[in-house]
Amino acid sequence: MKIRSIPTWLRAVVFFLVVGVVIQLAFSRGWLTEYWQQIIMLSSILAISALGLNMKYGYAGLFAIGHAAFYGIGAYSSALVTKDWTTQWSGSPVGALAGLVGIEVGFVAAVVTISVLDIGHRRRALRERLEEIVSPFEASVLTTTLTVLVAGAILVVVGGGVGWLARQAVLAALPPLFGGLPAAVSEQLVFLIALIAGSVLAALIGFVVGLPLLNLTYDYLCIATLGFGIITYVFFNNADQLIPTMKGARGMVAIPRLTTWPWILGIFAVALVVMRNLIYSSTGRAILATRDDLTAADTMGINTYQYKILAYSVGCAFAGLAGGLYAHLYAFLHPSNFTWLKSVDPFVMVVFGGVGSMTGTILGAFSFVTLLEGLRVLPAELIEWRYVIYPVILLFVMLFRPQGIMGTNEWGFLKRPKVEGKKPAAGAAATSEVTPSEQPASASDN
Amino acid sequence: MPQSNGNSTVLKIDGLTKFFGGLRAVHDFDVDIKEGELVGLIGPNGAGKTTIFNMITGIYPVSSGKVVFKDETITDLPAHEVTHLGIGRTFQNIRIFPNLTVLDNVRVAYHPHARYNILDGVLRLGRFGRGEKEMTERAQEFLSVFGLDEYQDTVAANLPYGEQRRMEIARALATEPDLLLLDEPAAGMNPGEIVELMDLIHFIRDRFDLTILLIEHQMRVVMGICEWITVIDFGEIIARGTPEEIQNDPQVIEAYLGSQATRG
Repeated sequence: MKIRSIPTWLRAVVFFLVVGVVIQLAFSRGWLTEYWQQIIMLSSILAISALGLNMKYGYAGLFAIGHAAFYGIGAYSSALVTKDWTTQWSGSPVGALAGLVGIEVGFVAAVVTISVLDIGHRRRALRERLEEIVSPFEASVLTTTLTVLVAGAILVVVGGGVGWLARQAVLAALPPLFGGLPAAVSEQLVFLIALIAGSVLAALIGFVVGLPLLNLTYDYLCIATLGFGIITYVFFNNADQLIPTMKGARGMVAIPRLTTWPWILGIFAVALVVMRNLIYSSTGRAILATRDDLTAADTMGINTYQYKILAYSVGCAFAGLAGGLYAHLYAFLHPSNFTWLKSVDPFVMVVFGGVGSMTGTILGAFSFVTLLEGLRVLPAELIEWRYVIYPVILLFVMLFRPQGIMGTNEWGFLKRPKVEGKKPAAGAAATSEVTPSEQPASASDN
Repeated sequence: MPQSNGNSTVLKIDGLTKFFGGLRAVHDFDVDIKEGELVGLIGPNGAGKTTIFNMITGIYPVSSGKVVFKDETITDLPAHEVTHLGIGRTFQNIRIFPNLTVLDNVRVAYHPHARYNILDGVLRLGRFGRGEKEMTERAQEFLSVFGLDEYQDTVAANLPYGEQRRMEIARALATEPDLLLLDEPAAGMNPGEIVELMDLIHFIRDRFDLTILLIEHQMRVVMGICEWITVIDFGEIIARGTPEEIQNDPQVIEAYLGSQATRG
């Protein structure tokens, strides 16, 4: 049986399993030092975060700085949940989780209510009717005020109500549910829930930040999101005023060390599949069209603003997910890891690997960490040259391959699925078409 | 004057005005287009033709005036909603999605009609496969109508200019419009291509039951295919009538046609 007759998804599964098992063996048998294990795990985590930035910048064309803020939001929020489970800092093992879930569910409920009530269109209709009675300016002021009041009321009543119910439900249901399980299992489950909750929080905050900002373009968007990045950093630095456990500028300690290679690999694989399926769907095409030509995309009937917000939130969710893994890998979080300067790192990975390429982004993340950390093997007197060698490499890549390592190309499973031509002999034509381009993919998969 | 053949009005514009700061780009423009008509909008460079298109399609906010499409006021509706109601358009300087394949360019336009949502897409549920198949087949139909089958997997930016124009029209049609706005479709085409284009415009109008409003500089196109024409200069309507009437209108000759009319 020829390799290329095996479906791509199956090859991808095999590829992931083989790589995963080999690395796991290398870890447990001690073929790799602790140091290289850390590099591999950190690279994978940063690759997830960089995939999120690739969604924002590569696919949606949003030049948004401040990715590290969402990475930090995911890290801190998930760490608060798991630390609560082990130390009960909030007074209850699931107090933090209940609060987090309450905020998230309440907010989503409010947003869904607002969109179901179709407030945007009602506002238009009301303004048109008011314009017949009062001046256009007065009509605009009146409708805007009314809209804000109604939206605010929905946020408080629906959001608050549903959120409170969700919180109570978690408080009541989770401890007995997890109490019956062995401690090791329940801890892992809490970890998974914490990762998801942290990622969702990052996405929701991205959504809220995106609402006003994503009408901006290019450098304006960059400056505005930079502002958000700085605010978040200042918040982390002073977070102990609000939640003492976050310890502010001293750094949050004693986070359970739960991130293991199988966790990273599993989440990495899921994240990759989600991103690939999303981008190769109609939704993905709408996002790409928004990037390529905003006006034309609008004219094609695509609500570009909505798709920019979607892409931005998904990107933030990836950052939050990676942040959660990071927090439980090092068991220590310090605000300095989430300054706006750290937002440049994923940019370097994406641009180095290839803007708008998942394969490139992953390669970029691995080369970034390997270059920076791997160069520590240099003799002691040369070690400070890392920060010369690495920028020089970047410089040369940008000079001689400005599109990045991969350009917009993809490997194997991440390739754009082929569409059969419309010709009657579609079967025969399609197989002969697929052959040449699929060959490098099968080589990489094995 | 516009000939009325008893059909219902598709597009009715009343007192449409646009200011850019202190500059009055369009002043008191009105038009009344009936179903199935092929109407031309001409005028010298900078007369405000594209501005009118941009106001109809919701890309520019309207300073004052009213646009009614099939009995629905669409003034200041966001662009994507105007498209949903059934107005498709092309652009003066082609606006393709350069990094997408030709097929994807057309499939994007079909997105609002997609029969699956984001969750079906991410989880690859059954609805995704069926919806995607339907979209692809529809898009391929449009491509074959425009003779673009062979370019299906070509990245749009690599397409020859004439094919890009045709793809743009195919894409506009994929939004399933009732009214098609063509902004200088013959720009940059040679005489042979222009003849093909004129046939194509007639063909799509009949095949897709369209009403067409057309901006054009090439007099042979306008005079050859439009049933009636509105001429504007400095944002104001200066003449309106059949191609023959327009050709002989002294005001039009003075403002615009002058040298070109004798040439054509």
